[in-house]
Amino acid sequence: MRGPCGVVVSEIETHTIAVLVDNEPGVLARVIGLFSGRGYNIESLTVAEIDRANSLSRITVVTSGTPMIIEQIKAQLSRLVPVHAVRDLTEEGPHVARELVLIKMVGTGEKRIESLRLADIFRARVVDSTTESFVFEMTGSNEKLNAFINLMVPLGLVDVCRTGVVAISRGAEKF
Amino acid sequence: MAALQMAGAEMVIKALVDQGVDVVFGYPGGAVLPIYDAFFKQNRLRHILVRHEQAAVHAAEGYARSSGKVGVVLVTSGPGATNAVTGLTDALMDSVPLVCLTGQVPTHLIGNDAFQEADTTGITRPCTKHNYLVKSVGDLARTIHEAFYVARTGRPGPVVVDLPKDILFASGAYTPPAAVPQRKTYRPRVEPDPARIAEAVELIAAAKRPLFYGGGGIINSGERACALFAELVRKTGFPVTLTLMGLGAYPASDRQFLGLVGMHGTYESNLAMHDCDVMICVGARFDDRVTGRLNAFSPGSRKIHIDIDPSSVNKNVRVDVPVIGDAAAVLAALLAGLKSRGFKPDREALARWWDAIAGWRQRQCLRYEKSDSVIKPQYAIERLYHLTRGKDVYITTEVGQHQMWAAQFFKFETPFHWMTSGGLGTMGYGLPAAMGVQIAHPESLVIDIAGEASILMNIQEMSTISQYRLPVKAFILNNQYMGMVRQWQELLHGGRYAESYTAALPDFVKLADAFGAVGFRVEKPGEVDRVIKEMLAVDRPVIVDVAVDPTENCFPMIPSGAAHNEMLLGPADKKETGPVSEEGMVLV
Repeated sequence: MRGPCGVVVSEIETHTIAVLVDNEPGVLARVIGLFSGRGYNIESLTVAEIDRANSLSRITVVTSGTPMIIEQIKAQLSRLVPVHAVRDLTEEGPHVARELVLIKMVGTGEKRIESLRLADIFRARVVDSTTESFVFEMTGSNEKLNAFINLMVPLGLVDVCRTGVVAISRGAEKF
Repeated sequence: MAALQMAGAEMVIKALVDQGVDVVFGYPGGAVLPIYDAFFKQNRLRHILVRHEQAAVHAAEGYARSSGKVGVVLVTSGPGATNAVTGLTDALMDSVPLVCLTGQVPTHLIGNDAFQEADTTGITRPCTKHNYLVKSVGDLARTIHEAFYVARTGRPGPVVVDLPKDILFASGAYTPPAAVPQRKTYRPRVEPDPARIAEAVELIAAAKRPLFYGGGGIINSGERACALFAELVRKTGFPVTLTLMGLGAYPASDRQFLGLVGMHGTYESNLAMHDCDVMICVGARFDDRVTGRLNAFSPGSRKIHIDIDPSSVNKNVRVDVPVIGDAAAVLAALLAGLKSRGFKPDREALARWWDAIAGWRQRQCLRYEKSDSVIKPQYAIERLYHLTRGKDVYITTEVGQHQMWAAQFFKFETPFHWMTSGGLGTMGYGLPAAMGVQIAHPESLVIDIAGEASILMNIQEMSTISQYRLPVKAFILNNQYMGMVRQWQELLHGGRYAESYTAALPDFVKLADAFGAVGFRVEKPGEVDRVIKEMLAVDRPVIVDVAVDPTENCFPMIPSGAAHNEMLLGPADKKETGPVSEEGMVLV
């Protein structure tokens, strides 16, 4: 694609990148500092320990940029000392990406019933309820969560909490 | 065999000794007192007491870059650590292997805003290759050994080890270097991918207008890489240009050498870069000072990029053949590949290419107007170069015009003899760096080619230089301006010289005297030789204050935002629209 003055402008792509790191102090700060310091985008970031015995954590980061920037992000992540491996799930092939959301609805009457009906359609679960509120839990793709949240807004949505995306490759291949 | 038990502070000393360290640049303070106490009780490690922590880091950089060893710094917590930050950033940008030990408040006080507490690992995370906070004496020795490993392997860089005071008092078992398990992460690639070598060999073999573009990575790799680089350049007969950090990686007097490349590089280097058809980049990183305007950078060339750091590849410039590996390993593989292919350069094409280069050389881009009445800064450096030829001379610089003139007019035949702040551009680098070089090479001639503004940023180190009787020579090109700032104000800001003139400069001769050094001042071109000879004859620290033309500008110059073929060759060479485009104005 060409922009003004014939300068080649690359398309912005969104990539989901998985990073296996040693679970040591400061490792998350290193990753976040890398993104902010070099002006990269973080659309979503999740991190948790996945292997206590070997003290390993897995970070999933959804980021966007030109192909050259995405390549830089992976190279920069790879050279952090506590990083074991960096995988670009978007580039490497089919993968499953999921996110969990908790939504608090406050209301009574028809709106309350409608929100429950929609929750059922979206396979959201009620994890807390009072006579004037619900907390729904739902997992799904980013798009599904967005669609559900948008429907809930006029029905009394007061609080949203999302985990950010976790993702894993399809098939038998190991990280 | 039972492991050796000792206090944390003793462990620090033992670990440094086991890493082959002989000198530490530092400054004491409350949090590192136990280490200084351990220093007091031994005689295997030498400690150089600086006057400011920034200078300790620059001195360690000078030591490291002139010796090929890891430089070591020891500073206290809080202000000690924050003062070291500029030096650490400098070392990160220029890939200098350092280990910086910082004191820290005791572990139970961390986070309490204790006296002289700073979040050192937080502050230094973006300005180090890696850093550690040691929270248990059991991890102490292992961490220091690992810090050395990380600092010197791969793309070298500074590593901070933050040491809380209670850890230094605690007793534990010492882990010798051989007992440290290798990390599962961090495995820098040394040997190149043979497939990439094959591609690079084909490109080189087919080249009609080739150019070697060498950088500091060759020198960082070591003497073998420099020798292999020279062998490859000679075997191919291709022209070669070097970056500011790469000077010395190829002998400057050789006819295949085109000179420095980049913003103040030679006309022939930059035009060759612009017009070449195959560029072989070895250990350089397509920095903005080298490339000029990116979308006009060497538009017709296919590019081979040899680098040990994969993140340097395709960062600024898309390359055709990236080769990840250590420069020496890659160059050896390339030489072998060319040999087995029966490589013969295309003599005819190469002759035409050298003809074009000869045409550019005829422009004599480093020519300047000589004067009998005022000392031209270029002349002073030329004379310094000629009068020190044949001596084992190490040059450091500060940052600015004098630095560029030194890079243009001082010719380096061998690596490790040129120390300058390239990436970060740190004024105040040269004097402490010279100190570190002199410690590493006590018998050699060490000269800091300085500007009067830069040297004042770390002038307190004259006291250190005096204390250790280091015969460092500070050769100040004194134009009373921050010359490069003034030059940009002239070119970009209508000659409005806001705050770039230094009123009330010190009398450098008296200043030298006050520090126990010898001072000279020279104001006439006819006296330059005599004063340089006097400087060289003195076996003590010397400051030479050379009063140079205050309005001289550094040429040639690629104005910011311009391309290589839009160089300004001299003061008369102003383009009709002014030298700098609007987009160029916002660049640094």
